[in-house]
Amino acid sequence: MPVNPELVGRDFPATAPYLVGREKVREFARAVFSDAAPHHDPDAARALGYADVVAPPTFAMVLQDLTLQQLLAEPDSGIELSRVLHAEQRFRYTRPIVAGDELVARLSVTGLRTMGAATMVTSEAEITDLEGAHVVTATSVLVVGEEQS
Amino acid sequence: MSEAVNVGDVVAERTVHLDRAALVRYAGASGDVNPIHYRDDVAAAVGLPGVLAHGMLTMGLAVQTIEEWVGDPGRILEYGVRFTRPVVVDPDTGADVTVRAVIGQIADDVARVDLTVTFDGATVLGKAQVRVRIV
Repeated sequence: MPVNPELVGRDFPATAPYLVGREKVREFARAVFSDAAPHHDPDAARALGYADVVAPPTFAMVLQDLTLQQLLAEPDSGIELSRVLHAEQRFRYTRPIVAGDELVARLSVTGLRTMGAATMVTSEAEITDLEGAHVVTATSVLVVGEEQS
Repeated sequence: MSEAVNVGDVVAERTVHLDRAALVRYAGASGDVNPIHYRDDVAAAVGLPGVLAHGMLTMGLAVQTIEEWVGDPGRILEYGVRFTRPVVVDPDTGADVTVRAVIGQIADDVARVDLTVTFDGATVLGKAQVRVRIV
């Protein structure tokens, strides 16, 4: 099944609220080889004006991944994980994610482009707080390869 | 961030040694449990040269290289990369990933930091750029 062109413009529901935990931020920071104080030490983060430890910039992927799971779960998407390669990634921040944030992500598929046997799928996850204030937009380009026969 | 910077300045540099434990740690922290990042048999079955580091691990450790220079993480306005080559992590010897961060452009109180990320003599990220508010 090829990638379904009707995914573009489809409305996806917001993900369930995700509560950002202090230890999760520390765990993620360790995983990306960061010992910087704002990611680990609440006092250092407060000195910069944040309520608690600050998540590393690419932590937004944890939220975006929830939306990509929605995309893969669409029965008519034509996208199988085993054929997907991550080609590009971008984050645009209004502010960093901070422990204690409750966040939701809303997915939209913004572009599909066929390149030979592969399809490039561009999707955006808009990540906001529960009041709807923008935190970060995560944009992914996935390359969905040819079906193995 | 206290000193003025100019285009061409190297603001940070580091080499990170990745082993299989690092991949498992990132899989757990991120929720990306795709087996191509920890199982040799699965990697081989889908035609890969070996177990690969998560692209998002490489992207994540690359930007952390500049955080001491950045200071306040809120100064980071935008970060984007292209994944151009895989990082193959050998089960015994691992993989060394080197990151070099250079000021590529300064305009309107925002610096564009260009990250050159190399493994095994070749760059693995394309157009890895961070926009950082410097005032």
